[in-house]
Order: sequence, then C-alpha cells, then structure tokens
Amino acid sequence: MEQMLLGEAKLNKKCRGGIFLDGTLQEFVVNNSDVIIKNWLEEVTEKRKSDYTSSISTELFQSTNREFVNVIFSSLDKQGLTTELDDFSERLINLGWPLSYLTDGLQTFRRVTIDFILSQSEKIETNHFTNVLEMVDNWVDPIINSLVNEYSGNWEHTVSLQRVALQELSAPLIPVMKNITIMPLIGTIDTERAKLIMENLLEGTIKHNAEVVLIDITGVPVVDTMVAHHIIQAAEAVRLIGSTCILVGIRPEIAQTIVNLGIDLGKFPTKSSLRKGFEKALELTGRKITRSKERDQTIEKMMSSLEEG
Amino acid sequence: MDFKPCVNIRKEWDIVGARQLGREQAKEVGFGTVDQARIATAISELARNIYLYAGKGKICFEVINEFDHKGLKISAIDQGPGIRDLNQVMQDGYSTSGGLGAGLPGVKRLMDHFEITTEVDEGTQIHTIKWLR
Repeated sequence: MEQMLLGEAKLNKKCRGGIFLDGTLQEFVVNNSDVIIKNWLEEVTEKRKSDYTSSISTELFQSTNREFVNVIFSSLDKQGLTTELDDFSERLINLGWPLSYLTDGLQTFRRVTIDFILSQSEKIETNHFTNVLEMVDNWVDPIINSLVNEYSGNWEHTVSLQRVALQELSAPLIPVMKNITIMPLIGTIDTERAKLIMENLLEGTIKHNAEVVLIDITGVPVVDTMVAHHIIQAAEAVRLIGSTCILVGIRPEIAQTIVNLGIDLGKFPTKSSLRKGFEKALELTGRKITRSKERDQTIEKMMSSLEEG
Repeated sequence: MDFKPCVNIRKEWDIVGARQLGREQAKEVGFGTVDQARIATAISELARNIYLYAGKGKICFEVINEFDHKGLKISAIDQGPGIRDLNQVMQDGYSTSGGLGAGLPGVKRLMDHFEITTEVDEGTQIHTIKWLR
C-alpha cells in the first residue's frame, strides 16, 4: 500500500464552486482511500459499541458501511452530489435507518480524513491546516445537507399524512334505534379530539333526537383524569339538553384505575358492556326486547316433527 | 451500565409516547394487565402535568431488579415553576386548570411508592415505584 507524502505549495489553492478538493489533495485522498476507509470502519464500529438501541445486525451494519463509504468516495470522484447518494439515502429512509447513522458516519468520516491528511503532511502550519479543513468541509457538508433535507422532507410529509388520517378517525354518533344513539370512542383522546367529540355528540344528539346516548369507551386505552374530565363534561352537556348519557365499555382494569384516581362518575349511569347499556337504554325509552312468536312456532313445529319421525 | 430510558415531554403527543414505553417496560417486568393499566395511567397523569404546568420535562424509567423484589420506577422530572403549596396539590379535587385536579393523589394511590420534591421556580421531581407482587 503506497503512501504518498504531500507536496507543499499546491495546497494553498482555494476551493471554488464545484471543485471540492485541490487536484493534488483529491488524488492523495483517492490514492489512500484504503487506509481512510479502514480507519473509518474501525471508528464507526467502535462508536457503535456504546449504542444500546441498535437493533441492526453487525453484518448488515458492516455491509451498509462499506456501501456508504463507496458512495461518499464516488461523490468526491464525480465532484458533486451523485444519484448514487440519492438512491442510497432513499433506500435507507425506506428501510428505517436513523438519520443519526448517516450524520454520525459523515462526521466521523470528516475527522478521519482530516486526521489522515494532516498526519501525512510534511509541514504543519495554520494556512495548510485551514486549507485542508476547508477542502474536506466542502466535500462532506453538501452530503450532510442533502441527507438531512431528504430525511426531514420525508418526515414532514409522513406527519402531515398522518395528521389527515387522524382527523379521519372521527367520533361518529351512530343512531341505532329511534331515540338511542351510540358514540364509540376509539384510541387516545387528546385535547383536539375531545373538542371534536363534544361537538359531534351535542350536534348528533339533537339531530337524531336521542333520548339516550351510549358512550362506549372499550377502545380507549387509558382513562386518566383528563379523559375522565372530558367524558364527564360531555355527559353533563348531554344532560343539559335533556338526554341521558350512559357510559359503557369500562374494562375491569380501567374501572380500578378510575377508582384509584378518585374520579367520581356517580352522576351518570355506567354499564360494563354495550349490551347491558343498550338494554338499559331501551328501558329508559319504554321498550324492551322480546322473542318473536313466529320463531317460537317454527321451533315448536321442528321439535314435534322430530318427535314424530 | 444501567439502562434508564427517558421520554421528553414537549408536545401533547409525547404523553402517548411516554405511556407506550411505560407499558412496554411494565410488560417486560412481568406486570399483569391491571397493574399495566395502573402504570400507564400514572404515567399519563405525570406526563400531562409536565405538559400543562412545566411546558417541558421528562419521564424516566428504571427497572429495579433486586434480590427479593422486582419493580418499575417511574420518575417525572421538570424545571418548571414548581409547586407552591404541596399540601393543597396532594388533596383530591384541587385543580388549577379547571380539570379534575392534578391527579397527584391519584398517582399516589395507583403506585406503591411516591415521593415528590419541588422548589418554586426551580422545578419538580416525582419518583414513583410499582412493585411486582
């Protein structure tokens, strides 16, 4: 493995626009790419040892590292951001690699490269030092910027899509029978959804002329004081417009936490299951479920024909 | 090295994040569904307090695995305004935000161990532990 020693004067050239490294420096880096890559791989692997949250296998990590460093060098070669870099970063985003892997890797790369160049220099002086730093920065910085932009653009897009999806998870008021409606609450109730739920509830209660509203919280993972507060407010508002709220779907463990928290749900009736709540609702609206006579007769006929036969 | 993950609470949805992590940790320690619900609710209360009153802070988890007892420690740490009257706040029903109350007495009942240190304008630290029975 050849190791070239740097000359002197040529390093004082400034960098401009598309040319990152001065010709000699670039050659030097490319010719010693083996050493630089080896040093980089060592450092990155060493750093990884202190990263507990990494769930990526060592083989995958190493092979991605090799690909990564090749992509970095090809950008040096082509003197700019390459399609290989774009493809590489897109793949990593899709596979779910954290951005920190890339930025840490690049910072390490910057350091390793500068260390190596300076260690091979004949002379150490501020001018030379500044030039080397500037040149390597001009190589590495655009890559970092491009990667960060890709990642954050991707995140922002995902977040806005998810916000829309979350809004679509509305709280519908379902009119089951005349005067009885059900509102199933699903998922976490944050302040915004709570407002929406209250609006829907009141609007729907009036629109469907509901005498009884069943609020089903089977799908609510945790009832803390805020959620309970919203439910109580909703029930109170429903009561004010003359209807009754029945809370159903209280799981046993949720019942325990509600008791522990000291929340008083005594003001309005609660039932454990939707079925029981529904029966209560029917009661309150002067109805009940009975078995139809027709079906009974059919069964009797079947039974008697079996006996005869 | 002890693994003590923390969740930063800055946005309302961070409360859900803290709860998720807490639930996972609770499952790992071996808590049953009722205790998991208690732990998740306690985390929700503590995180919400940070969000509402301190603006930002963190919820930290620590698995306690000692010789004769195993449990999960949940800490709520913030550098917020602190609590002026601790006695008042530990009373059921007392609320400064129009809600049902800060839920601290509730958290105390949900968990097995509860300690709170607070300093006005400096911040608040709450440490709670749930033991595995």
